[in-house]
Amino acid sequence: MKKIGLLVMFAVFAIGCNSDDDSSAEILGCMDPDSINFNPEANTDDGSCSYLKNVTFNFTQNWGGEDRPVTKIDFNSTTYENEMGTTLTLSKLRYLISKIQLHKSDTTITIENYQLVDLAMDSSLSLAPTQQIPTGDYTGISFVYGFNEEDNISGNYPDLNDASWNWPAMLGGGYHFMQMEGSYNDENGMPQPYAYHNGRARLSMDNFVNNHLEFDFQRNFTVTDDTTIEIRMDISEWYKNPNMWDLNQYNVDLMMNYDAQILMHENGASVFSIGEINQ
Amino acid sequence: MQERLRGNIYYFVLAFAFAICSSCSSEDPGGEVMEEGYVPTPKPLNVPAIFQQYLPQPNIPEDNPQTVEGVALGRKLFFDPMLSGDGTQSCATCHQPQNAFTDLQQFSEGIDGIVGFRNVMPIYNLAWNTNAKFFWDGRAGDLETQALEPVTNPIEMHNTWPNAVASLQSDAAYPELFEQAFGTETVTKELVAKAIAQFERTLISGNSPFDKYLLGEGTLTEQEINGFEIFMDEARGDCFHCHGNEFSPLWTDNIFHNNGLDEIITDKGLGNITGDPRDDGLFKSPSLRNLAYTAPYMHDGRFETLDEVINHYSEGLVYSPTIDPLMKAIAQGGVQLTESDKADLKAFLLSLSEPAFVNNPDFQNPN
Ligand code: HEC
Ligand code: HEC
Repeated sequence: MKKIGLLVMFAVFAIGCNSDDDSSAEILGCMDPDSINFNPEANTDDGSCSYLKNVTFNFTQNWGGEDRPVTKIDFNSTTYENEMGTTLTLSKLRYLISKIQLHKSDTTITIENYQLVDLAMDSSLSLAPTQQIPTGDYTGISFVYGFNEEDNISGNYPDLNDASWNWPAMLGGGYHFMQMEGSYNDENGMPQPYAYHNGRARLSMDNFVNNHLEFDFQRNFTVTDDTTIEIRMDISEWYKNPNMWDLNQYNVDLMMNYDAQILMHENGASVFSIGEINQ
Repeated sequence: MQERLRGNIYYFVLAFAFAICSSCSSEDPGGEVMEEGYVPTPKPLNVPAIFQQYLPQPNIPEDNPQTVEGVALGRKLFFDPMLSGDGTQSCATCHQPQNAFTDLQQFSEGIDGIVGFRNVMPIYNLAWNTNAKFFWDGRAGDLETQALEPVTNPIEMHNTWPNAVASLQSDAAYPELFEQAFGTETVTKELVAKAIAQFERTLISGNSPFDKYLLGEGTLTEQEINGFEIFMDEARGDCFHCHGNEFSPLWTDNIFHNNGLDEIITDKGLGNITGDPRDDGLFKSPSLRNLAYTAPYMHDGRFETLDEVINHYSEGLVYSPTIDPLMKAIAQGGVQLTESDKADLKAFLLSLSEPAFVNNPDFQNPN
């Protein structure tokens, strides 16, 4: 009984369709109602259907591009040698990444969240925004190290205030971009502290340079499913390129040292790269 | 007027919440329903303006919401010596309101006369401890867990929980108060801890002269303002990396550091808890609010005065392997502040003390 009913319905439907086809032209588009670009008018699927997928950004750190990551396990124990030949250890590494953008040939998707990466806190090593991204072809990834001038507003972000991430008003205010701390061995082999803190640079009274860095990486990739994108920091680059960093000269009290802040800014340009993109 | 208005809003919110609750439970018969549908009166925290402006929302566990009845019960328990082994000591014996919930001793005595080895910590703004690690060494993971410890600690109230619970259960007043707060007359240690934690979360200090200055409601002396500049100056005080700033008004980072007190570490602090020698000698940065009432200072109460504390940072630092990199010029003992810088820094620190907090009538002994 049911089968006959179906058959009748199908017949009616088929006839209806046929008569339609005669009077209207072919309309190309996405015919999947579950997509984000479903076209109810379309009668021919052109393969353009797009879907929303989750994206996760993983922040990893390394020394000199080595495969072995630098993690909190290394704090106060693993020693590294910087370009200058100085031996050092790390005890803290926190840095801020904001305005992550994913570029397609015709659009740009801006991730609303910023991320305070803190190696001591595992949960901060990845950012999984609730915001989703469309499937399809991408051409690149960009982000800001620190906050750009517009976003670098004193006291504006409760979670960053809570993390005491603020940059002193007398140095232009806003927020730290990075706190990298630890110990290095001086010329006599004695351990000495360093606090490589980066943020706004104070040139003179009321004259500040925002000092953030904008990164824009060309990279072709296709999103078909939930995606993870690795953002890599090569810590050794902070000591290397283009300025060889001498910890015996620049170790503590660097926040108010304009020259040191600008050297950090210059060296920062080669610190980040995009690593693996996986789905 | 303002108060009444606010009261009305609470009733409205309550009615609304109740409506949602009942609609939920009718659709979801498996959901937890309070005994006889009893709902204690919600009592949101009284959040200071400066916290509203700059800090995240306070941490209140979902399974222990703040209520009028819960806070009242917690307050009574906090001040009640019935919780101790011999009925002589309450939480407030060591945590006295007039001293911002500390006592004036270096080490406090428990009921058996045994002296502890850590200085009493003040109790305020604990709902904003986002790190959720309590005690000098971070050994308690939340306030409810924390409140269980002193009652049985042999160098403090030295009771057993079955004994404490039995005393409360057979008391004339308590079962009724538990009924009002939690919908059950049956006393448990978990409910005792929940009530005390609720009371502790109401102990909020955020309206010191410095806060009023930031809000444009008060002024500071030139000396206090200058002291704040020293506090924020990387080359002089450099205190802000661990103790907050004008936008981080808890005046602590709630993180653990070794601030250069000892060459040889005897109390391992955080290292005792994690078992990691790299944590030896690390203690939680205390808040700098209410220092006027909380002497002596540091985890072992070694400094009687703020002058001694400032001298420590200025010229008394000593090296040990886990010392924080923010402790500078250790070979000279520190950055050598001038006498006038020291005096200004001290004046600023004291501007973070709030008389209205220690005198708040809601925080005194109700018994
Ligand atoms: C004998 C004195 C004494 C008594 C009684 C006592 N405490 Fe304490 N309390 C201390 C000491 C000492 C510390 C610091 C201990 C440490 O860190 O090892 C402390 C720490 C705390 C802290 C941690 C604060 C923070 O910021 O981490 C809280 C909360 C607290 N006590 C609550 C209570 C409660 C609730 C009671 C009653 C149930 C109580 N105390 C009874 C001495 C006492
Ligand atoms: C590296 C982080 C750090 C820095 C920088 C720092 N402190 Fe501290 N401070 C701490 C820690 C940790 C403690 C508790 C240490 C202990 O008891 O072992 C503490 C304790 C104190 C205390 C005692 C409070 C109490 O209730 O016992 C005062 C006061 C204080 N610091 C003021 C300052 C001042 C003023 C400066 C700047 C000159 C400063 N601190 C810089 C981490 C720091």
